[in-house]
Amino acid sequence: MTAKGPGFLGDLPPGHRERLLTVAREVSFPAGMRIFEEGGVADRFWILRSGRVALDTHEPGRGAMVVETLGEGDLLGWSWLFEPYRWHLGAQTRDAVAAYEFDADQIRSAIDEDPAFGLAVTRCVAAVAIGRRLRAARTRLLDMYAPPGTARQARSGGAAP
Amino acid sequence: MTALHADMAPVPYRVVRRRDETADTAEIVLEPVSSALPPCRPGQFAMVYAFGVGDIPLSLSGIDGHRLTHTVRAVGAVSRALYGLRPGATVGVRGPFGTGWDLDTATGRDLVIVAGGLGLAPLRPLVAAALGAPPSFGRLTVLIGTRTPGDLLCTRDIDAWRANGADVHITVDRPDTDWTGDVGVVTTLLDRAEFVPGNAAAFLCGPEVMIRATAREFAHRGLAPDRIRVSLERTMHCGTGHCGHCQLGPLLLCRDGPVVAWTRAEPLLPVREL
Repeated sequence: MTAKGPGFLGDLPPGHRERLLTVAREVSFPAGMRIFEEGGVADRFWILRSGRVALDTHEPGRGAMVVETLGEGDLLGWSWLFEPYRWHLGAQTRDAVAAYEFDADQIRSAIDEDPAFGLAVTRCVAAVAIGRRLRAARTRLLDMYAPPGTARQARSGGAAP
Repeated sequence: MTALHADMAPVPYRVVRRRDETADTAEIVLEPVSSALPPCRPGQFAMVYAFGVGDIPLSLSGIDGHRLTHTVRAVGAVSRALYGLRPGATVGVRGPFGTGWDLDTATGRDLVIVAGGLGLAPLRPLVAAALGAPPSFGRLTVLIGTRTPGDLLCTRDIDAWRANGADVHITVDRPDTDWTGDVGVVTTLLDRAEFVPGNAAAFLCGPEVMIRATAREFAHRGLAPDRIRVSLERTMHCGTGHCGHCQLGPLLLCRDGPVVAWTRAEPLLPVREL
């Protein structure tokens, strides 16, 4: 076994994974395609099978600012799970992308009807998507805004006199 | 008068090559003027003295016989002086100091090398050593995180590493409009690394916050903590374990480090009093 690519599906228990995949549609997007826009209705989500997607936000006059990129195995979109079901960021393909696409209404209904399935999916979204990305964002913040004069670059001259 | 040992007295070295790496970072290659330092190992560092200004600890970013390569970012008086050196200039060098990466301990294993920012410089000779002995190791993956595309070091080396079979992934915190690669912190690249957790070794160098997050993620994925080697930073001064500037609990990092196993580092890093 290698550590590569368990991704979102790999973290779901097998039974729930199979159930989720029975309602998946296989889709593909060309490079450079906008998948969704910030503020739009989060009525679908995707699990990437190949290719990369950039999450971005727009600032008037400055264009798109890429916040993060997602790759193989990653969950694209979690705003569909929580009200108000609107995208917090936009998404655009970096390369040609193949993905499993899911209908948000359908999955939310399944979550409501089957608490075990709901718990597994919600736990997976929280752990894999939100938790991991939150830790990454915090690491990035701490790195970007570390106190000046710390010794972390000392052996390349950074904090030395 | 008693002669001073090489770890106390600077040995004259001459700059034989200098190359800009980024807008504020340069690679300088040094050759001994006469006598040379003892052999250096990847992961160790030297104290490099800009005459009349002072000395600072610099990791070895290249080792070729008696030739030493250092990568220096111009941020303080000494580092600016070293950054500004041109071929023909002379510096004083003490060392080598500290522990190395000890690649031999990873024989037969997949290697995952993770660098944040300037942390790529001390990992460069490790990658070169691993690529120089391909049957001795499994897959070689190099994961690099940097703030902006313009801050990326070793760009020419990276092409060569890829050509020689290394799987190299790069991510940036702040992309510019031309950047088409990954965006995010380097830990997010771990999903791209192909390795067998039970038979892999990891080598980490970069900001401490990145090291902690990455080492924890490796451990979470099943890599034994004693096979995660990290390079820690504290203010090295004497290089010989006497002055105590680089103390981290029971460790004097200029002597007991900078490279230590995660099993030694992990319990120390969260201790507030340290």
